[in-house]
Amino acid sequence: MSVVTLTINGQDVSARDDATVLQAAREAGIHIPVLCYLEGLSAVGACRLCLVEVAGVNRLLPACTTRVQEGMEVHTDTPRLQTYRRHIIELLFAERNHVCAVCVANGNCELQSLAIEVGMDHVRYDYVFPSLGMDLTHERFGLDHNRCILCTRCVRACDEIEGAHTLDVLGRGAKARIVTDLNMPWGESPTCTSCGKCAMACPTGAIFKQGSTVAEMVHHPEKLAFLKTARERREWRV
Amino acid sequence: MEKIKLATVWLGGCSGCHMSFLDLDEWLFDLAAAVEVVYSPIADLKHFPERVDVTLIEGAVANEEHLELVHTIRARSRLVVSFGDCAVTGNVTAMRNVIGNSAEAVLDRAYRELPTHNPRIPDEAGIVPPLLERVLPVHAVIPVDVFLPGCPPPAPRIRAVLQALIEGKTPEMIGREMLKFG
Amino acid sequence: MNGEELLHVMAQEQERARRFRHHLHVCTGTACQALNSESIAQALEVAAKAQGKQGEVSVKCVGCPGLCSLGPLVEVHSFVNGDHERSLYQFVRPEDASEIISHLDGEPVERLVTPLDQPFFTRQLKIVLENCGEIDPERIEDYIARGGYQALMKVLTEMTPSEVIDEITRSGLRGRGGAGFPTGLKWATVAKADPRRYPTYVPPGIQSQKFVICNGDEGDPGAFMDRSVMEGDPHRVLEGMIIAGYAVGANQGYIYVRAEYPLAVKRLRTAIRQAQRAGLLGNNIAGTAFSFNIDIRLGAGAFVCGEETALIASIEGGRGLPRPRPPYPAEYGLWGCPTLINNVETLANIAPIINKGASWFASIGTAKSKGTKVFALTGQVKNTGLIEVPMGITLREIVFDIGGGIPNGHKFKAVQTGGPSGGCIPEQYLDTPVDYESLTALGSIMGSGGLIVMDDSTDMVEVARFFMDFCMEESCGKCIPCRAGTAQIHHILTKFQTGRATERDLKLLEELCDVVKHASLCGLGQSAPNPVLSTLRYFRHEYEAKLRRDGAGYGYANGAAKERVTHS
Repeated sequence: MSVVTLTINGQDVSARDDATVLQAAREAGIHIPVLCYLEGLSAVGACRLCLVEVAGVNRLLPACTTRVQEGMEVHTDTPRLQTYRRHIIELLFAERNHVCAVCVANGNCELQSLAIEVGMDHVRYDYVFPSLGMDLTHERFGLDHNRCILCTRCVRACDEIEGAHTLDVLGRGAKARIVTDLNMPWGESPTCTSCGKCAMACPTGAIFKQGSTVAEMVHHPEKLAFLKTARERREWRV
Repeated sequence: MEKIKLATVWLGGCSGCHMSFLDLDEWLFDLAAAVEVVYSPIADLKHFPERVDVTLIEGAVANEEHLELVHTIRARSRLVVSFGDCAVTGNVTAMRNVIGNSAEAVLDRAYRELPTHNPRIPDEAGIVPPLLERVLPVHAVIPVDVFLPGCPPPAPRIRAVLQALIEGKTPEMIGREMLKFG
Repeated sequence: MNGEELLHVMAQEQERARRFRHHLHVCTGTACQALNSESIAQALEVAAKAQGKQGEVSVKCVGCPGLCSLGPLVEVHSFVNGDHERSLYQFVRPEDASEIISHLDGEPVERLVTPLDQPFFTRQLKIVLENCGEIDPERIEDYIARGGYQALMKVLTEMTPSEVIDEITRSGLRGRGGAGFPTGLKWATVAKADPRRYPTYVPPGIQSQKFVICNGDEGDPGAFMDRSVMEGDPHRVLEGMIIAGYAVGANQGYIYVRAEYPLAVKRLRTAIRQAQRAGLLGNNIAGTAFSFNIDIRLGAGAFVCGEETALIASIEGGRGLPRPRPPYPAEYGLWGCPTLINNVETLANIAPIINKGASWFASIGTAKSKGTKVFALTGQVKNTGLIEVPMGITLREIVFDIGGGIPNGHKFKAVQTGGPSGGCIPEQYLDTPVDYESLTALGSIMGSGGLIVMDDSTDMVEVARFFMDFCMEESCGKCIPCRAGTAQIHHILTKFQTGRATERDLKLLEELCDVVKHASLCGLGQSAPNPVLSTLRYFRHEYEAKLRRDGAGYGYANGAAKERVTHS
């Protein structure tokens, strides 16, 4: 393992050579917005919020999956990236029914926070208002497709941390939906262990504890990284 | 100095934004010294006047009356502020859009499907303005100058915006205190 | 089969062919087959027998000769007194069989014949398609008779892997799937790639190694180049793959072909079986130490699975979702192993390059784009079908000479290259040479080879909307710019088409296209805005003419809104 040095926004940063740009930036205290990335889960590069500019590369690269290189010159917050990020957040708000005022995650929502971060004072796109529905058949958790942004953090938590792979995605494009097992009601799933890791991972109000009302659902995404680290270091003996 | 002419309008919303406005408490006295309220649901004025400086619009555009009014407002106001989440996003008012792409579907749900007694759509003409097919945020209908989100916007946020406007500045809508929806 | 046996089969086949004076080639590509061409072949055989000519007439079912708009096609090769005479019959029906047979030794049947000296044929240069329409794709002997598997033999016995890669590199061949990445460079990268650099996750029963994948997931609307090659000359694809395997050090290949191509799948399966039986595929090919196997994997018809990382995910058994690159499949591909992915047409170019040499191939085409390109010519043009032209030919020659121009008295308006990922090129650029760089400079791409001609009755906004509809439906949904962005672009274009778009929408449309193009994860999203951007560039006035200009530039202005109000 060796160490490489690079610059991020003009600041000299050193990182392990197997680190990603996102990890290097975080260690240096440089903030890069993310939505589909969650520490403890595999990175998929899907939300495109962490796109950065790298000198000499004509494409934008996702910080979460791009490895650092010696001498790399990274810019994380250029006007162009700011514009793209705001568009992406607006696209998400227009795509499904994100009504903060009546959402269980109001005040604890990563999408809501990102809207603030990118300065979204209104959405320029026409809202789609799809008719989506919810799955409330599980005794402990609920799944509200209206709030889902298809980041697949729940899918990865279920598969990679819990090992159940109850959740997955059905369909493609704007018609994609999170489903349990082979698209059966969550409450009837024979594979779900009711562990609640999906609810920890969810960045919005899409997966929540039953009985939560507006602004009551607090996610704990950090617990997943904690679980994973503890498991890898064998901190708990059974 | 001539007082700033301020109007506030209540379209398709719950009036919570106006309640929050009233939460400005004693600052309202300062405001009253700087502005003249020329139109408001909390003042008894029947017609939207000419040459208004600032108009706060609460609520989404949901029916024909709203539609006509926002065009009048735009034509007669120097600055239009989308006041609260319903005006900015459609919010709760626009949740009916999910039911279907027509007012008919909404009326059906409310008056035919859900009632247990005497399900029928009220049909007496000229009582209430007909619904639009879809509820729209204000900026989908007219150009809007300032967006003031929140459900309702907290009183300090309203104050910050009005303060800036009174001073002839553009309000800085940055950060959680100023920009959080919901 | 070794080199000697190969030559023996070749001689045998050629001898067998000489026994017949007349060779009748009936097209059984998908288009002609749909028009019942197999029963034409049967009828021809019956008629030959009835007229006592079975000893001198050979009827062969062949792949697509190209001129699909005139199908079913029957081509006659007659060898009389040392002369080789050819005639081509169009719109043939089984009832025409006995008339065709009875005219074999005289003048061709006039009402069916179509000239072979028309520019559609004379302006083409066939390398990839040289066997299509000439051989029976279901007989390996036919392929061998035309020099098939000679390149493989040469490679295995005379060349080292690095010599093969050098040869391909010097030929200047570039990927025919659309992006035009230099093929030799890709091969060299895979050959050099360290299989232990990344952790692999090869399933039980499969050896961890390097892999070769043939991308036959042709998905562009109206494009059928790869299908025709797989249907008409499947052994050519296999030979290219085996050579590629030898060059990069892989022993296993996969052909990923969409299940909507049943005939291609059937013929590839037949070809694989035949090649295995002949010892040209499998263990110790032609008695050498090199082993290579090929399996077919069927795609379920998702456009995005033509994208290499999505294709790999699909072969692995997962959802066909792309992943960010780098690492590229050349280093981290199928099950984490170094993987070479080439398009069907690219692989079909390999054998001729080995046979005739890199400098021969490099002498065809332009400075940076060598060889030929197969196009599926469709749209408002007289001759539609499959064509192969040298790189550097102009679009005007393709549309007006080969294509025969615009029918029904209409004028040319635009030609769309590259399918849903490409752009619309207007009249003033018709003299542009067809090569990767020139088309990119015009805001389009070479693409896999779809070429759609549009006449002056075409609404360009509708064209953009059509392609956006396709991209929106085919977006996998993984990344936000593509999933939500294509849907919003489609929505805005629909507003243009329903008279609800405003200046603000036009501005938003342009901004959004920029976002989708540069922020999307894979090629599908990155190229999805091209039809919109190119029509905005060349036909902006058509967008502007559709703008709603009342009510302060807002869509729901007084008059407009009234239309949307219920009066219950």
